[in-house]
Amino acid sequence: MKRTRIGLWAASTLLAATALSGIAQAQELTVFCDDIGFGCLTMDPVVKRYESENPGVKVKLETVPYQSLVESLPVQLESGEGPDAAIITDLGGLSRYYLDLTPYVNAANFEKEYSQTLQWLRGSNPTSKAINGMPTTLTVNGAYVNLTLFEQAGVPVPKEGATWAEWAEATRKVAKATNTEYAMEMDRSGHRFASLAISYGAELVDDQGKPVVDKGLKDAVEQFVAWHKDGTMPMDLWGAVGGATHRELFSDFLNAKTVLYFGGSWTLSQMDKEVGDLFDWQVAPAPCGPSSCTVMPGGGALVGFKHTKQPEAVGKLIDYIAQSKNNAEIVSAAVEIPAAKSLIENGVTYPSASERTQQSLSTFIAQIPKMAPAAYRFQGWRYQRAMMNALTTRISQVLNSELEVDAALDRVKQDVELAIKAAGQ
Amino acid sequence: MTGLQKILGIRRMPWVFLLPNLLAVLFFSLLPVAINVFYSVTGSDRLYPSERPFIGSGNYETLFDCTNYLDASTCSSDLFWRAVGNSLVFVPIQVICMIGVALLAAVCLNREIRGRGFFRAVFFFPVMLSPVVVALTWQWILQRNGALNGILTWLGLSPVNWLVFPNTAFFWSVFVTVWAHMGFYTIILLAGLQSIPRDVYEAAKMDSATNWRVFTRITLPLLKPVLLVVFVLCVIRSVQTFDELYVLTGGGPGSATMLIVQYIYEVGFAVQPRNFGLAAAASLLLGVVLLIFTGLQLRLSRNSQHG
Repeated sequence: MKRTRIGLWAASTLLAATALSGIAQAQELTVFCDDIGFGCLTMDPVVKRYESENPGVKVKLETVPYQSLVESLPVQLESGEGPDAAIITDLGGLSRYYLDLTPYVNAANFEKEYSQTLQWLRGSNPTSKAINGMPTTLTVNGAYVNLTLFEQAGVPVPKEGATWAEWAEATRKVAKATNTEYAMEMDRSGHRFASLAISYGAELVDDQGKPVVDKGLKDAVEQFVAWHKDGTMPMDLWGAVGGATHRELFSDFLNAKTVLYFGGSWTLSQMDKEVGDLFDWQVAPAPCGPSSCTVMPGGGALVGFKHTKQPEAVGKLIDYIAQSKNNAEIVSAAVEIPAAKSLIENGVTYPSASERTQQSLSTFIAQIPKMAPAAYRFQGWRYQRAMMNALTTRISQVLNSELEVDAALDRVKQDVELAIKAAGQ
Repeated sequence: MTGLQKILGIRRMPWVFLLPNLLAVLFFSLLPVAINVFYSVTGSDRLYPSERPFIGSGNYETLFDCTNYLDASTCSSDLFWRAVGNSLVFVPIQVICMIGVALLAAVCLNREIRGRGFFRAVFFFPVMLSPVVVALTWQWILQRNGALNGILTWLGLSPVNWLVFPNTAFFWSVFVTVWAHMGFYTIILLAGLQSIPRDVYEAAKMDSATNWRVFTRITLPLLKPVLLVVFVLCVIRSVQTFDELYVLTGGGPGSATMLIVQYIYEVGFAVQPRNFGLAAAASLLLGVVLLIFTGLQLRLSRNSQHG
């Protein structure tokens, strides 16, 4: 009898231990993020604090390259695999994989803080009220200008409201006077080109989610091609590479080989660290086109995925990171523009950043109200990446005389329509 | 095993031994081909078979929708045809250069030269490098502010933007891929050269045959079976070229160095939404081309054995 009791006791202890270990296992979350800006490195202290406040929860921050987040993660998600959560930038494109966090987070707070950007995560469903993730930071395209070269050339720096053409003219003069290799450079990215295009009046996508190829886009492409043909911009970025390849030559700006570099706010911290006192630089207010003085908004979001076995734990983690104090701590360390309304209104301090970087951040933030509605619409469009890939591919073909501008624009439209058709079949 | 032999009979026993390999071939080769065929006749950007509607020959029609097959710009999938055209130029040039250089290197390394072991290792080193490392190294050499232009400037010559012009980019594409892989073929050819009996050469020497005559009348004919293997391997590898060029040129400038595998990768994985069906159809066509080459190799090797 005694033996039976001991046996029962042992068996129940074993069962309890197994169940507990099961629970402990169930509370291990994997989050994919990269190591730039609001990413694994900057989230780590907050996540550690979350773990200490929530014993039994283990969060594994897995640093993965940005390219993997763009190319490999969607394939993993499509096959029902992948992490429980990730910081992603293809906000609308991955919408069908997102977990609805509404039951697990302070929904009212999310609606208040991210009223404009939550919609970007809802993909093609304009009526959705789901909370699919926490927009981490806003990014803004923008131009970095080498002030030292302007000073050496004795050319005045164009003021706010200057057009793209005026910037091109001024930077050409500076490049010539200072023997700098190029006047302007722009990342080989459809997102960067969209800033120029929308400021020239391009709609890119209409209210019905159909691709738009209009006069604004044509004018922008023609201007862009002309800058490459006359040597204002180097062929290395847009001309020398093919397909949808993303390419940056930020090193050219760091080495003072270009007067103006059109990149984005996410490289501010790198600028601060790598340029140091080598030369004086600033972020320029958005150059204007005939239509508007806009740049493209962008950003990342921390999202949970439907396939997770622990939706509640994922929701609670995201809710914790979204709390103002924690969010501000990460944004401050990342030296990026916050996405939360209260942080934008109250401001974030960046103790690790130089005064110049803080000024640059202010300039970037000042561009947000000037952004054209078309820029917001394009950013939240499910087929944005299809359009951006088509733009990079086809513009490169124009630069290499494989296509005329009109033929390239026809191809852009056709490429996007094929993508929409393929996705909708 | 004896018990099993009693049940199955001696004639069926070989199948028992073959079964593990047959299962592996079925699972890792035939099943993926079948899945590929299925994807090529279905649409949507969904991965799960149950979520992919059957569209028949739709993907093939998209690929073959051309008014003039000799002009890629008249095709609805113009990039596919540009990639096919580029591959048709790239493959023969690369194969000729690869075999030529590898054969030359093998002949040189087969001679009694000082430091022969060292040179054999040097030729083989690039084969051990990851293709991405090869491409990044050559990008560092060839870019506008790269090492090669540094040398040119130091010599008082004008720098050249090597990867910006279609012709130079194409040249370097061939050069880099030959550089990266020639060591592998050199080793095979070297083994072939060393299997040729010495006495044949000695007889030729006694007959005062010139080096060229020895090469064309003895070396090449006796090396023919090995050359055939090298040729087919080289063609298959060349048609599959992707990684080095994707990193080095991304298929550019424009689409000047975009080869067929890059097209498949871009359509299926790099762009959004992913068109798995179109990529599967294109890869199936590539598979057919490779099958033709393999069949050709079998036929040629059979002929060479018979005669």
